[in-house]
Amino acid sequence: MSNKEWPLWEVFIRSKQGLNHKHVGSLRAPDATLALDNARDVYTRRSEGISIWVVESNYIHASDPSDADSFFEPSDTKVYRHPTFYDVPDGIKHM
Amino acid sequence: MKNEALYNYVLHLGDDSLILGQRLGEWCGHGPILEEDIAMTNISLDLIGQAMSLLDYAGEIDGQGKDHDALAFLRFEHEYRNVLLLEQPNGDFANTMMRQFLFDAFRKPLYEQLVASKDVQISAIAEKSLKETKYHLKHSSEWIIRLGDGTEESHNRVQNALDHLWRYTDELFSESDLDQSLVDAGIVPSMSEIKIQWAETVRSVLEEATLMIPTNNWQFEGGRRGVHSEHLGFLLADLQYMQRAYPNMTW
Amino acid sequence: MKPMDLQELEKRFQEKIDKEIKIEPNDWMPDEYRKTLIRQISQHAHSEIVGMLPEGNWITRAPNLRRKAVLLAKVQDEAGHGLYLYSSVETLGADREETIDDLHSGKAKYSSIFNYPAVTWADIGTIGWLVDGAAIMNQVALCRCSYGPYARGMVKICKEESFHQRQGFESLVTLCNGTPTQKAMAQDAMNRFWWPALMMFGPSDDESPNSAQSMKWKIKRFSNDELRQSFVDATVPQAEILGLTIPDPNLKWNEETGHYDFSPINWDEFWQVVNGNGPCNKERIEARTKAKEEGMWVREAAMAYAEKRALKKTA
Repeated sequence: MSNKEWPLWEVFIRSKQGLNHKHVGSLRAPDATLALDNARDVYTRRSEGISIWVVESNYIHASDPSDADSFFEPSDTKVYRHPTFYDVPDGIKHM
Repeated sequence: MKNEALYNYVLHLGDDSLILGQRLGEWCGHGPILEEDIAMTNISLDLIGQAMSLLDYAGEIDGQGKDHDALAFLRFEHEYRNVLLLEQPNGDFANTMMRQFLFDAFRKPLYEQLVASKDVQISAIAEKSLKETKYHLKHSSEWIIRLGDGTEESHNRVQNALDHLWRYTDELFSESDLDQSLVDAGIVPSMSEIKIQWAETVRSVLEEATLMIPTNNWQFEGGRRGVHSEHLGFLLADLQYMQRAYPNMTW
Repeated sequence: MKPMDLQELEKRFQEKIDKEIKIEPNDWMPDEYRKTLIRQISQHAHSEIVGMLPEGNWITRAPNLRRKAVLLAKVQDEAGHGLYLYSSVETLGADREETIDDLHSGKAKYSSIFNYPAVTWADIGTIGWLVDGAAIMNQVALCRCSYGPYARGMVKICKEESFHQRQGFESLVTLCNGTPTQKAMAQDAMNRFWWPALMMFGPSDDESPNSAQSMKWKIKRFSNDELRQSFVDATVPQAEILGLTIPDPNLKWNEETGHYDFSPINWDEFWQVVNGNGPCNKERIEARTKAKEEGMWVREAAMAYAEKRALKKTA
């Protein structure tokens, strides 16, 4: 029977114009249309959004947490990518 | 002197919302899946909200100081003006969705026309309610299509629901002699226009759902004049229980 | 790279917990941590869903339209909260439908409070005030749970639930300022719900075997007895404002401890209700099982339609 179960969808909501869609949770739905309906009913009951994205959870690929060291740490040492790395004389403004 | 025609009309709008909202509330906690439980409750909440605005306005026209609660809870059965369709029991999910769809397909064009009403209050309520109703119609149409074109079982269930409920659809468009004065005054639309739009929506959705409109077109009516089915009494027994058992108290 | 041994993994895991770093779904975690969370979060989810039933049975009979709308919105929130929690369980690799089957078979538990009947309208206010009050006490503590998805779910739920307790209290204020009949109805509800509400915090600390490990893993932040005491301390003054009597002759302020003393809880009753012998256990499970079974053809139909559509697209 479990093969008849509705797939899981991840829900992303834009809370207002000018902001990114943000992951808010998941739900079950048989297809994209009803996933959007359900997301509207489940996740925007208190005017939380003006736009919804849904994506079937199956289609999300995640980085492997056990690779986190090699994936993310190398950028920690590239401090020269941040403006605070550089000294500018006191008199300079707006740089 | 109160405008009897307007009072009756607003009352029937309010009662339609109230009775369907009450019926949908029965599903809360018992839906076929959590997501749909939440969806049906949302529709119920919209309808209860509409009933409050409409019955408040009816009370205002009546001019006897009655608010939405006095009208919702303290009338006798024959004083309710909802159509028979809406007081029919929920039955299974197919029956509930078919009842919802047949009504939504009617309510949407009606509200669209009422937005243009010369009565500013009706126009304002219709404008707000139209937004809600558009979504209701979208949602119920989606379900009718899925049930109709889903499995054999769902197809049979929803076809049975259609066969059963079809007899209550003509009443949606019934007009009393009183209504005519409102049509003439540009306060409410003529039902013939609404029916054309309803028939088109129903035809296209049922076609996509692979459902057949029943050939037997024998129709029932009565709700609009206060002659109801046996089901309304039980619905009111629940709805009115507190107000009848504990009269004159504030809750 | 050589694979880390289990001990090392567990040590690193505990270090993360101690540093208040949240655990996320794909992170390594001890099996027992995962199991404990699945059990606890699904119990919590089931409680939300079963909790819809006692209140839901008053939706059609709410005394006015405002209260009807409020109650609908509240019960609907509970469905939403159940859903958020089932989503959290799914991040741990447990399947929502399977956890629900465990509920229906009696294998999984839910909060025992929902096995008590809601027999009068005052029960609805009282459930909002006492039951949601107790639940919030628990849930606020869980917002800092070490498992990310659960903690985030709790934050959302706490935000939404803040109206639940208030609407209950407001409803009781109306009854307590109303007619003698209404006041008596409120007192009667209080008499029936007080002790079951205190039982909601679970067995006392010395009877709660999993507590120590859960505290170490920061799944739990406070013990059952601590939370129960906070609840009593917060609730007694509220009952005084309502003018309701708490059904406990031994309830009194203790200057020394700075807390209220109260009578021992009837643990026999607690365990009986937990183990299926409460007034409504049978009805609750039957109602949920019926909803699932009667919804089966609906879920299948929607799935069948989606599959047909997908085929048409690729054809």
